[in-house]
Amino acid sequence: MVEILKPETTEQVVEAVAWATGEEMPLEILGTGTKRGFGRPMGDGNRTIGHALDLSGLSGITLYEPEELVLTAWAGTPTAEIEAAVAAKGQMLAFEPPHLARLYSNEGGTLGGMIACNLAGPRRVKAGAARDHILGIEAVTGRGELVKSGGRVVKNVTGYDLSKLLTGSFGTLAALTQVTIKVLPAPETEETVLVSGLDDAAAIQVMTRALNSSNEVAGAAHLPAGGGGVTGPVTAMRIEGFVPSVTARVEALQTLIGAAGEVSTLTGDASAAFWASVRDVEALGDGPLWRLSVTPGRAAGIVGAIESGLSGAWLYDWGGGLAWYAPEGDAADAGAAVIRGALSANGGGHATLVRAPEETRRMVEVFEPQPAPLAALSNRVKESFDPRHILNPGRMYSGV
Amino acid sequence: MQMPEPDAGTLARRDEIIAAMRVIVPGEGVIADDTGMAVYESDGLTAYRQLPLIVVLPETVEQVSAVMRYCNENAVKIVPRGAGTSLSGGALPAADAITLGLGKFNRVLEIDYDNRCAVVQPGVTNLGITHAVEADGFYYAPDPSSQIACTIGGNVAENSGGVHCLKYGLTTNNILGIEMVLPDGEILRLGGKHMDAEGYDLLGLMTGSEGLLGVITEVTVRILPKPATARALMIGFESSEAGGQCVADIIGAGIIPGGMEMMDRPAIKAAEAFVQVGYPLDVEALLLVELDGPPVEVDYLIGRVREIAEGLGAVSVRVSESEEERNQFWAGRKAAFPAIGRLTPDYYCMDGTIPRHRLPDVLARMGELSEKYGLGVANVFHAGDGNLHPLIMYDANEPGQLDRAERFGADILRLCVEVGGVLTGEHGVGVEKRDLMPEMFSEEDLNQQQRVKCAFDPNQLLNPGKVFPTLHRCAELGRMHIHRGQMPFPDLPRF
Repeated sequence: MVEILKPETTEQVVEAVAWATGEEMPLEILGTGTKRGFGRPMGDGNRTIGHALDLSGLSGITLYEPEELVLTAWAGTPTAEIEAAVAAKGQMLAFEPPHLARLYSNEGGTLGGMIACNLAGPRRVKAGAARDHILGIEAVTGRGELVKSGGRVVKNVTGYDLSKLLTGSFGTLAALTQVTIKVLPAPETEETVLVSGLDDAAAIQVMTRALNSSNEVAGAAHLPAGGGGVTGPVTAMRIEGFVPSVTARVEALQTLIGAAGEVSTLTGDASAAFWASVRDVEALGDGPLWRLSVTPGRAAGIVGAIESGLSGAWLYDWGGGLAWYAPEGDAADAGAAVIRGALSANGGGHATLVRAPEETRRMVEVFEPQPAPLAALSNRVKESFDPRHILNPGRMYSGV
Repeated sequence: MQMPEPDAGTLARRDEIIAAMRVIVPGEGVIADDTGMAVYESDGLTAYRQLPLIVVLPETVEQVSAVMRYCNENAVKIVPRGAGTSLSGGALPAADAITLGLGKFNRVLEIDYDNRCAVVQPGVTNLGITHAVEADGFYYAPDPSSQIACTIGGNVAENSGGVHCLKYGLTTNNILGIEMVLPDGEILRLGGKHMDAEGYDLLGLMTGSEGLLGVITEVTVRILPKPATARALMIGFESSEAGGQCVADIIGAGIIPGGMEMMDRPAIKAAEAFVQVGYPLDVEALLLVELDGPPVEVDYLIGRVREIAEGLGAVSVRVSESEEERNQFWAGRKAAFPAIGRLTPDYYCMDGTIPRHRLPDVLARMGELSEKYGLGVANVFHAGDGNLHPLIMYDANEPGQLDRAERFGADILRLCVEVGGVLTGEHGVGVEKRDLMPEMFSEEDLNQQQRVKCAFDPNQLLNPGKVFPTLHRCAELGRMHIHRGQMPFPDLPRF
């Protein structure tokens, strides 16, 4: 029977993992479990998950100093609690973490889950991902040892950056217990410039021109099926900051790209709602969903190549650097072969099957397969933290 | 500072190793005479000097790979080196190690404006990247003060910062991919022109790993469109408390300046005496705040910052009205190190980071330490991010002064850790801060870092004697102590 262990202190996490390691009893690491559908089904070969380690009992903000731009919280702290605390001080998590739980028909999520999945929203083009905002970490390795890395200051090169290594490691290296992140002032205002009617290639070009200008574009997305009140293709660029600056930059941006198509703007709540929908990929239904991280300028070509073998719906974020693709039909591999083939023929990158039924995720590599030397190195890194493969075994790759 | 005992076997095989290297890197690429090697005997931390076993200067990744494979098979150590500007001894040679210089990897391979990146070889200088793209209105953001000389490969190894990193990030936030060679000669690519890592963030791990995990042979960097304009304020305060409060209030107002630097009275005095740029001499703290972006934003924020400063009783506020004046404001700060160098035969530059609000306290205690050790200290401070550069003044020719300066420096770094900060903000651990690592990390923390090292370099041949105070064999680190027994803690909630 699978039991859920719910420690309430760091010492209890150490005790639980050390015990599981001794028993060679693999653990599933959980926050609130909202993103359980993200990744390969757990278990490696005939080793099935013994117990779940639920970290939601380690909850609460332990340090928040707005003027130092720093926040520390237990890994099980609800994302909503953190977002509310920083919003109350006019600040934000600048990497704009998607409410990814919604892709799996859940609500919620924790700080630890956000870090373990290295989430990033539309502001990625300007502000980076979770990994760019992580300052320090405390975690329990698969050896049952509490280790820390980093600190609570924004500039620190003391020792290896294990905080970044653990960010995006999907709980396969260590169970996070405490996390320190950099927070930033929230913009005073935002406005979105929309261009209607562009095809994908033209849209990528317009976004490139916008991002290459000095207007500090903080979001560049293209929705072929429309959005933000526009029916038909819409290309959106977000400008944010202090009021006089936003006014001036929106004007400059309109001048720069005005000839490309019909231009309109979204302000205030309408702009915020538009970007939340892009962030949470609301436009792409309930079926299998791929997340493609690619060379921005190659994105339209990649989707074109995919469409020659599959049929589906898609949208672009990060000026093309991120493409979400939802294949239609019932290809057994959810289109993996076609999609990954298109990537490798067009400058590389990686494709992640973010949402699919469990049986599909069992059969298809959810994360981009790695060349053998890199896979071997990843495996050695895994074993340096978790030699007995106790933590989330197989969640990312078989054997990792 | 104790470096590992040179391996007698390696020293005895020197001729054989030279011959093998000459096969791999023909022509002028192997330097084995003492005169030729002398320029490599130290880096920016000049207190330490050591001639390497030999110097090898490969020109291709295949040569790097072959050198590494040979060394791995023959248990020969390697110290990678860029321009040798490290301030922490990261490129300090070892008597039994090959110094592997990447200086010949000096080409910009590709500039890709559509994807806002450039692909460069590791020996290209930091400023060289900006020079390659500035005519088209772009730049590379991290700007360590050695940028005219330091190489991008070294920047990746050290995760270099600079004065603009509060707003634009460190090296780790500004690179997209690398090509690297593992100690066994395997050539790997991490990242590329896309934005996120696939699998583990090994690119993030490599950045700041101080040449202990692999040799970087190519870097893809992000380039940014240049801000339309930049202006600076020069603000004088009667106390470091007021200066620190001004920094806190600027950030509290939601303003992230492009640069924000503070200097204390000794540093102001030295800089003004050196470059005469009109720094006020009657203040305890001088704050330089640079705003960059669209002109309308910069003008608006200049006004906001001025209001904040005046509200806190600033004794002087000047705003740059021209590019020339802005450069003048910065000239004193940029010349702070040589300016101190005029006042003292030698100085020792420290690099701790502290939570910003602890600054007045830290400065006061540093003053006490200065009296205790009988050595002067001047402070320049990346005020936005809490990165402190105390410059300890000493005379190496006076017996005992170097030792006192080092003990003073170590006390300053202990103080940084004690108030919640760290040993190094941007200069790296190297050999300099190696033995202070236990001030910040537990044995378990350090053992885990060394296990990661073992995943890359199981024979521990890369950059020996750096970063870790105590070396363990990888096999010893891999051992586990298993406690089998009952399900833990009967009181643990379970469902």
